[in-house]
Parts: sequence; C-alpha cells; structure tokens
Amino acid sequence: MDQLVSAYWLLAPEIVLVVGAMALLMLGVFRPETEREAEVIGWLAVIVLALAAWLVVQQPSEKAALFNGAFVVDGFGRFLKVLTLISSAAALILSFDYMRQAKILKFEYAVLVLLATAGMLMMISANDLISLYLGLELQSLALYVVAALRRDDIRSSEAGLKYFVLGALSSGMLLYGASLIYGFTGSTSFTKIAAAAQVAGAGQDIGLIIGLVFLMVGIAFKISAVPFHMWTPDVYEGAPTPVTTFFASAPKVAAVALLLRVTFSAFPGIEPQWQQVVTALAIASMGLGAFAAIGQTNIKRLLAYSAIGNIGYMLIGLAAATPEGVRGVIIYLVIYVAMTLGAFACVLSMRRQGGMVEEIDELAGLAQNNLGMATMLAIVMFSMAGIPPLAGFFAKFYVFAAAVKEGLWPLAVFGVLASVVGAYYYVRIVKVMFFDEPKARFLDVPPKVGAIMAVSGLFVLLYVVWPAPLVNAADAAAKSLF
Amino acid sequence: MNTGFGILSFVTFLPLLGALAIATLNKDAKGNARWIAFYFTLATFGASIYLWVHFDPNNPGFQFVEEMGWLGGSINYKMGVDGISILFVVLTAFLMPLCILASWESVESRVKEYMIAFLVLETLMIGVFCALDLVLFYLFFEGGLIPMFLIIGVWGGKRRVYASFKFFLYTLLGSVLMLLAMMAMYWHAGTTDIPTLLTHKFPYDMQWWLWLAFFASFAVKMPMWPVHTWLPDAHVEAPTAGSVILAGILLKMGGYGFLRFSVPMFPLASQEFTPLVFVLSVVAIIYTSLVALAQEDVKKLIAYSSVAHMGFVTMGIFTFTVQGVDGAIFQMLSHGIVSAALFLCVGVVYDRMHTRDIAAYGGLVNRMPLYAVCFMVFTLANVGLPGTSGFIGEFLTLLGAFKANTWVAFFATFGVILSAAYALWLYRRMMFGPLEKPSLKGITDLGYREVLVMAPLVILTILFGFYPAPLLDVTAVSVNHLVNNYQAALKAASALNVR
Repeated sequence: MDQLVSAYWLLAPEIVLVVGAMALLMLGVFRPETEREAEVIGWLAVIVLALAAWLVVQQPSEKAALFNGAFVVDGFGRFLKVLTLISSAAALILSFDYMRQAKILKFEYAVLVLLATAGMLMMISANDLISLYLGLELQSLALYVVAALRRDDIRSSEAGLKYFVLGALSSGMLLYGASLIYGFTGSTSFTKIAAAAQVAGAGQDIGLIIGLVFLMVGIAFKISAVPFHMWTPDVYEGAPTPVTTFFASAPKVAAVALLLRVTFSAFPGIEPQWQQVVTALAIASMGLGAFAAIGQTNIKRLLAYSAIGNIGYMLIGLAAATPEGVRGVIIYLVIYVAMTLGAFACVLSMRRQGGMVEEIDELAGLAQNNLGMATMLAIVMFSMAGIPPLAGFFAKFYVFAAAVKEGLWPLAVFGVLASVVGAYYYVRIVKVMFFDEPKARFLDVPPKVGAIMAVSGLFVLLYVVWPAPLVNAADAAAKSLF
Repeated sequence: MNTGFGILSFVTFLPLLGALAIATLNKDAKGNARWIAFYFTLATFGASIYLWVHFDPNNPGFQFVEEMGWLGGSINYKMGVDGISILFVVLTAFLMPLCILASWESVESRVKEYMIAFLVLETLMIGVFCALDLVLFYLFFEGGLIPMFLIIGVWGGKRRVYASFKFFLYTLLGSVLMLLAMMAMYWHAGTTDIPTLLTHKFPYDMQWWLWLAFFASFAVKMPMWPVHTWLPDAHVEAPTAGSVILAGILLKMGGYGFLRFSVPMFPLASQEFTPLVFVLSVVAIIYTSLVALAQEDVKKLIAYSSVAHMGFVTMGIFTFTVQGVDGAIFQMLSHGIVSAALFLCVGVVYDRMHTRDIAAYGGLVNRMPLYAVCFMVFTLANVGLPGTSGFIGEFLTLLGAFKANTWVAFFATFGVILSAAYALWLYRRMMFGPLEKPSLKGITDLGYREVLVMAPLVILTILFGFYPAPLLDVTAVSVNHLVNNYQAALKAASALNVR
C-alpha cells in the first residue's frame, strides 16, 4: 500500500492536471455559458497548473521510476515540468483579454490547455516509446483543436487543419521509427534500447539507425526544426495570438525535453550517429530562421521564424552531447520562454479600436506613444539578438560554450554568424519603434498582459545581476539526465 | 584581494544610478534631466580623479581589485585597473560631462531618453576598461552597442538609420568570433580571469586562431583599414555628443583590446602577424589621409583623420618597444581629447548653421575670433605640431617604429605631412578668407556654456603637449612590464623551439 501511495505521489502532478481538466469540463458544461464563467474557469485552470507545479517541486529529488520504468521522475524532468507549467499558466493568463475582445472566450480553451499540459508532463517523464507516444499525442490532439479555436475564421481553421495533417504525418513517421527500433532491439523501454545501442557495432545496425532517424524526424516536426518547420509560420500566423503564445512556449519546452531524454537515455552508445542528424537540423534551422525572417512583415510570422532559429541554437547544445550542452539547452529554454512570453505580451497589446493589428509597421514610433511597452519589446528584441547584458546573450553563451568545448567549430562559427544575421531583423523592430514617425496610438495595455510583459522584460534585463541560481539549477538538472 | 563592491564598481555604476534617477522623472522634465545627467557625470569624473590620485604608478599589477561570485564555474565579477587602463577610465569620465553640456541646447527632443542613453553608455564604457574577466569584458564591450545604436538612430542626421545599422552589424559581426575565442580560452585555461590568463601560455597553434578572432573584433572597433567604412557614416550621422564619444572612447577600445589581450596573451601570434598589422596601419595612415583631403563634409573629414591617427596607434603597439607602446597609449589619450574637441567645434557651427558642408563656411574668424582660436589649437594638435599633445604620441610611435622597422616609419611619416595638408586646408577654407556668405553674417561667437566646454580641452591639449609626464608616468611601469613579458615569452618560445 505504502509503495502504491508513494508511486502515485510521483504521478500526482499529472493526476491533478487530468482530474482538474475533467472537473473544469463538468463545471463548464453545467454552468451557464457566459464569458464571465469562462474566465472563472480559466483562472481555476491557472490554479490547477500552479498546484501541479507546487507538487512537482515537492517531489523527491532522486531519480524514481514507475510502471516498469516507462515513467521516470528526476531532476531534469522536474525542472522542465515546472517551466512547462509556468509557461502554460502565463499563456493562459495572457489569453483572457484577447479572447474576450475576439468573442471567443470559451471555457473549453482552458480545459484543452490543461489536457495538453498533462500530455507535456507525460512527454517529459516518458522513458518508454509507448509512454512517449501517449504523451505526445495527448498533447498534439489538444493543440490541433486550439489552433482552430476561432472556427469561423478561415485562417484559424486553415492553421488547425494544416497543423493536424502535418502533425499526423509526423506522428506516423515517429511511430514507424519506433516500430523499427522495437524490431531491432526487442524492447520499447529506453533502458533496454540503450543497452542494445551500447553493444559494440550498434552504430552499424542499419535498422536501429533508420528507426532513430525516423524517431528524430517526428520530434523535429514538433520542435519545428528545419526542414520540418513548414507548418510553423502558417500556424503561428493563423491561430489566435494567445494560442500562438501557448504554442511557442510550453509545447516547445516539452518537445525539447523529450528529444533530450530520448537521445541521452535511449541512444547513449551511438552519439556520432544522432549528432550528425542534430547538427544538420541545427545548421538548417539557424540559417533559415535568420534569413527567412528578414522579409517578414507580420510580427507573428517573424516570431515563428525566430522560434525556428532559436530551436537551432538549442540543438547546438544537444549536438555537443555533454552535460554542459544539456545545461546550455535548459538555460536556453528558460530564457527563451521568458523572451517569448514577453514578445507575445507585446503583440497582444497591439490593439486599436476595431481589433488587433499584426503588421510590424504598425509599431512605428511606439516609443513616443507608449515608451514602456516600446522599451520592453526593445529589451526582448535585443535579448533575442543575443546582445549582452541581456539574458538572451547568456542563453547563447552556454550552448556555444558547450559546442566549443567539444570542438564543434563549424557549428559554432555558423551559429554566431547566423546570430548576426538574425540580429538584423530583431533590431529592425527596435528601429521601427524608436526611429520612425509615430502612427495612431494603441489602446492601453491590459493589466494582465502588462504584468506578464513587465515580469518577463525585467527578468530578461536583470538576469545578468544574479545569474548563478539558474545556472546551478540547470547544471543539477542536466547532470541527472546522465 | 578585496571582495565585494569597491571604488571601481562605484565609478562604473554611478552613471547607471543617474540613469535610474532620470527614469523616475516625469516626461517633460527636460531641465531636470540635463542637470541630473550633468551632476552624475561630474561626480563620476570626480571619483575617477580620486582613482588616479590613489593609483600607485610603480605597481605594474592590477589595483583596486574587487571580485565577487557571478556566473559560477570560475567566471566571476572581477574589476581592476592598471597603468594601461586607468587613464582611459579618467578620459571617459572627463569627456562625459562635456558631452552633456554640448547637448544642452542642441538636443531638444526626447531629452530624458537621450540622457539615459548617455549615462548607460558611460557605465558600459568605463566597465570595458575596468573588467578583469573575459565574459564581463565582453558584456560591457558589446552592451555599448545598444545605447550607441539608439543615440545614432534616434537623434542622428538624415541617413541615421543606415548609419546606425551599419555601426551595429559591423561591430557585432566583428565581435562574435571573439566570443567563441573567449570560450576556447575558457575551456583551455579553466578560467576567464584576465590576470590568470595573462600568465597562461596558450599553445602556438591555438594562439594563431585566437589572435585572429580577437583581431576581427578590435580591428573593426579601432577601426583599421579596410574595415573602417562604418566609422565615417556613424560619425557623420551621430549627434555631436555621439561623435565625441565614438571618436573619444569607443575607438580606443580596439587599441586597449590589443594591449590587454592580443599582445600579452598571444605573443607568438602577435609577432607572426606584425607585418600584417604594419601594412594595414601604413595603408590606413596614407590612404585615409588622402581620402580625408577629398571630403566635402567637415565631420567626414575628421572621421577619416581619426582612422589615420588610429593607424599610428596600431603601428605603435605592434612595434613592441617601450616607446612605441607608450606612444600608442598617449596617442589614444591625446586623440581622445583632440578629436572629441574637433567634433565639439563642428557641433558649435552646426548648431548655428545646420550644415556640415565645408563650402558653406568661410571667413568665420571675422565673426568668431574665440572659436577660431580654439579650432586652431585643435587643428594643430591634430596635425601633431610640437607643443601640442598630438605631437608626443606621433613622435613616440614613429620612434618605436623606426627601431622595429625603418620602412614602416618612413611611410608613416608621410601621414604627418598629409595630416597637415588636410587639417590646415580645412582650417583655411572654414576660417580664413572674406566673410562673403550672407547666411554667416549674423553668426555669433562662443557662448559661455561653449567656452566652458572648450576651455578644459584647450588647456589639456597644450598642457600635455609641453608636459606629458603625468600621463607617461602612470603608464610607464605597466608598459615596461608588458613589453618585458612579451620579449620573455618570445625568448622562451625560441628556446623551446616550439615553432
């Protein structure tokens, strides 16, 4: 009995999320369908997410496994679960004002976010191909639906459909890879796959390698690494902005965590094989993210390409295949989430009478109309460009340092050069806001959005003052993966 | 070793405190913003004088050292100054209040933001010269891009957007490779602590690459020919005070970087690449001087002359002689005063006439005698006339170059002649001749605020021309130390026959 209790204690965050989602679904169905009710349910969902995060923090720090090792809880997973939960909650808080204005404030959104988040926690803890797929699909199905949340809007429907079709394709590839891996190693458990991968000559095992590549392709789709990124700009642009905010933050964390877990737990013996794949993905993502963003006029599309580029930088840390590299990725994820939330909070504040605007030109002269918002967005943009002393510099610093340590010079040099190209379009937004003549004012920033904008902006700005805690925590989390 | 905050952090972050104070003002408080900025920069200058007074010139090591845990993994917040860096701190702090004064009336829009940008920039610039940790250095070095980008882009001239992007991307591109080199140094030496790295011996192959990576950054910053093209654009479009800071301080970061990193940390590679640096320096001196002759725009002319003068600096540093390095530092300090003063002079007439076209002026001496005198002093200092601070630096670097490589000295000397040509010709075209243009008839001489800005610059230019000892005494021991270490490293290497 005690064993059972302690076992389910490890599952408590996921249980809380799923039970919470069901309870809120009931509540939503049986209560009158008003915007007020929907917002209350939204806030209850935030509380559920906070409770789950609290439970994750309370969990024991040593590594523990459940269900024959299909589900593991360790420092790495706990760290990224907290980050996922925080970003889900922040994305939810950012959504209320927009949804109300767009007349799509419905309780289903909060419930779907909870379910998607439960899937993400599952992904982060997955230590078996079956649990990996379960988590991934729970997350993805919820995301397909929210992408098309604005169902009478053609772009939103298009985004949902596109995301679904391409997502199903990627799931298929992932499953195909998983079945090959199962066929050639005889197990779906990461631990047993790792044992098979560490046998001498495993690197020449063509079935295992093909399976690995297909598996990584499936995950590369989820993290939108080039060349599996095609859906990203369209979905980012088409989905309602708060949904895009959500897409850009929490699912990315979970998918990157999943990728890290798979590569290091299941394929430790054949690093050179997957390092090639990761290096190719990283170079393609950084390059495309930098160059394709230059021509964008829509800020959501621009942020989509920026997300693609950022994934490329994170993959540099993975390509290093060392604890330092993983530490770099974790630090990058934290700072990336802060920057993304800050950037989207600003996009959500681009409101005029008559609706939202999304063109970059609409930001013209913002510094003279709303200096606070312009400053926050400028901080985030300079940070994304990797200019010190802002947090984005440290994000890049740690992944590049890991790459340099392993002697991955081509990757590192390409990365820094791509970051200069990227700096051009980030800085261009600053130029539009500060140098150009002002256009009509935006409506005042809604308080909830303003609060998240301020918190993430200040985090990005002041991270330099006290960086050690995050570095140490990420260090500990990274070590627990090895 | 001190731990925690000390006087250097105080000097570095005092302007930032001022920026915070201005940020709390309400939007229309232009006057208050100016006064707060002025007081804080003045206080910073006072604190830097305190540093200079308490600096022990006989100690070649780092002084006022302070250290605190920061990023972990032996990357710490460490500050300190030695004979090479302290005078740059003082120079920065000295020019800043003058910049604020010079912008008093010429900047009318968004005054609050302007002052904040300058104060933040001051913190970052002082930080560059004080940082004793590679990562911290990079932080300050690159961080300066943000305020300078905004200063050029918001308060600049017609082509400000082009100039600000060019400045930003050029400098960033130069620096990112240096960042990778710093990481490589970190993994090789296990630390980013600069004093430790100064004694660390990097293998020859590694030095070669590291030197090139650092060179990419410092050559752009310096700027050396042929990567100098961002400078004329940035100078021309920046507001007066922005040009002053660019010419006075930002350019010196390149030279400082050579002295702090390239030469002492990678001596073998430095020796290997000396011919390259000499060629680029001589080309810079002669070619950009000729280009300066052809300019129609006052600011552009001074910008090109800056590139030429920086050529003397790189030449002096890479002679690896005490005279050459001493001269290079002196040249940087003198140029910091003289070119800053020249840009301020241009600003004076620009505020009145709103044109930088040389042809638009002529005969100013008739209406502005005081201004003409100031301009004369700075022009002669720019030429390197004995008795002005410009002479000492050029003479010492040429002396060093003569010892190292006679031909280099021979060609560089042409630069002195050419500088006389363009500077004096500029002076003739603007100041002498009849005052014919009707628009100039009503021009007024220096106001008392402008006199206040010019007076200290005139005094220092002449004082250091006749009596350079206060500066040379401070740098001497550190420079000796640097040159000796360099020679010892070469000797050790040839004894081991590693090459």
